[in-house]
Amino acid sequence: MKNVEEIGTTEQGELIINVGPQHPSTHGVLHLVITLDGETIRNVEPHLGYIHRSIEKMCESLSYRQFIYVTSRMDYLSSHINNHGCAMCVEKGLQIEVPPRAKVIRVLMDELTRLASHQLWWGALAMDVGALTPFFHAFREREMINSIMEETCGARLTMNYMVPGGVMIDLHPNFQPGVKEFITHFKSKIDEYDELVTDNVIFQNRMKGVGTLSKEDAISYGCTGPTARGSGVRCDVRKLFPYEVYAGLRFDEIIETGGDCFARYMVRMKEMRQSLSIIEQLIDNIPEGDFQAKTKAVLKLPKGEFYTKIETARGEFGVYIISEGGMTPYRIKFRSPGFSNLSALNHMARGYKIGDLVAIMGSLDLVIPDIDR
Amino acid sequence: MADEEMNAKGEGLKVKIGEWLPLAQWEEGPEWTTLLVEPASWPEAAKLLRFTPGLDFDFLFCLTCIDWKTHFTMVYHFRSTLHGHELVVKSKLDHNQPAIETVSRIWRTAEFHEREAYDLFGVNFLHHPDLRRLFLTDEWVGYPLRKDYEDPVNMIKL
Repeated sequence: MKNVEEIGTTEQGELIINVGPQHPSTHGVLHLVITLDGETIRNVEPHLGYIHRSIEKMCESLSYRQFIYVTSRMDYLSSHINNHGCAMCVEKGLQIEVPPRAKVIRVLMDELTRLASHQLWWGALAMDVGALTPFFHAFREREMINSIMEETCGARLTMNYMVPGGVMIDLHPNFQPGVKEFITHFKSKIDEYDELVTDNVIFQNRMKGVGTLSKEDAISYGCTGPTARGSGVRCDVRKLFPYEVYAGLRFDEIIETGGDCFARYMVRMKEMRQSLSIIEQLIDNIPEGDFQAKTKAVLKLPKGEFYTKIETARGEFGVYIISEGGMTPYRIKFRSPGFSNLSALNHMARGYKIGDLVAIMGSLDLVIPDIDR
Repeated sequence: MADEEMNAKGEGLKVKIGEWLPLAQWEEGPEWTTLLVEPASWPEAAKLLRFTPGLDFDFLFCLTCIDWKTHFTMVYHFRSTLHGHELVVKSKLDHNQPAIETVSRIWRTAEFHEREAYDLFGVNFLHHPDLRRLFLTDEWVGYPLRKDYEDPVNMIKL
């Protein structure tokens, strides 16, 4: 974080400008100090910390049931998946076997979250590059998912539905019909998305050949998720290290090799169809039984280290718990996908025009609280 | 992945790394193959892990630090996108003057991760290209993730 804003020119006559922390295209409190040569970007320096809450320190004084709720506040668009990753880590430490019903419910919720997140990203990206209408389309469909979540979890954004051992409460009776209605509705709409934005020539001109990231650089910068898959890196945790019921599902890992904004865009668009297919495979096959394993009231992880990884809408989310055997973690580290993806921003944006920066940031799908933690 | 398969992979890795680092120390952990290195030999070991054919640890997905009150431990999580194997490297740092060589020239993601560790733990990464605070303001006193950190204003204790 920086206290003094630097505005002015460098010795070479380059202009230094500030974007953010309150700028609509940064989608949160991200502050960029950009060095410009005319319209060409010479350097982008992110200044972080405007929403840093030191969640890792906070977690050191919270119990293994409590800390999961804080993680909803990191990547708020993937809150289910964040909670899921933390619950899995605690389950690994305590060797809790999750009932089959809970596993399927978790995967369903994860994929619905991924869809909702990608819808918001799609609308916001289109809005960033100058098309306002898609935003309303995206929010119309996202609203259906939010209503489904509201019925079952009682919340629309920070659900806190995953608990160690399973899920908090059983599915609402309206869940299955609601999801089926959503699938039918969204299947017709996603083609509309493509007609409206993907095939649009102006949109393609803004995205193609912009913000190129090579495969080697994507790996070196630690990029994961659609950002890395757009550069041809195989990194889907659901495929590489399958968890819950993903091993038994039919879905493709989407890989594009373009490495530009359009490739990253196409990865997410195709992923939405894959998520739909996963939900379709599971929605009629939710096993009967318990939704939560029996666990002790007070959870104590044995002394040791536990690491789990999970695929959020933005990439690989890692939870690293170091336990000394007490009721609270000794140290906890969250490997957030957005943090590593952002570190590649300077490399991607250098040499492109200032107008392209908005498209590049949009294609990274940044959620700032996930980066700052 | 089955446990046996993981163990076999881990043993294979140990043999391979042992060929290059004859003095390699290992920590017995339940999940990961964990290599212990001295801070002084870390730059050499890092290059070996990254560039030796057959090891090719090109993906540094997690870098963090732990305050054990008597010392710090740097923890690096590696994966090879070519071979799919994973490795954890740990290095013990002195508590009074924690310092270790940067690896940001080998894995560029380390630049941000090391700045974070510097900001929150006060670990000095030698030869880092741009070692400044990342989240906190430049004037901030102390390193919040250290166990002895006290802040009567901003910290709430439960």
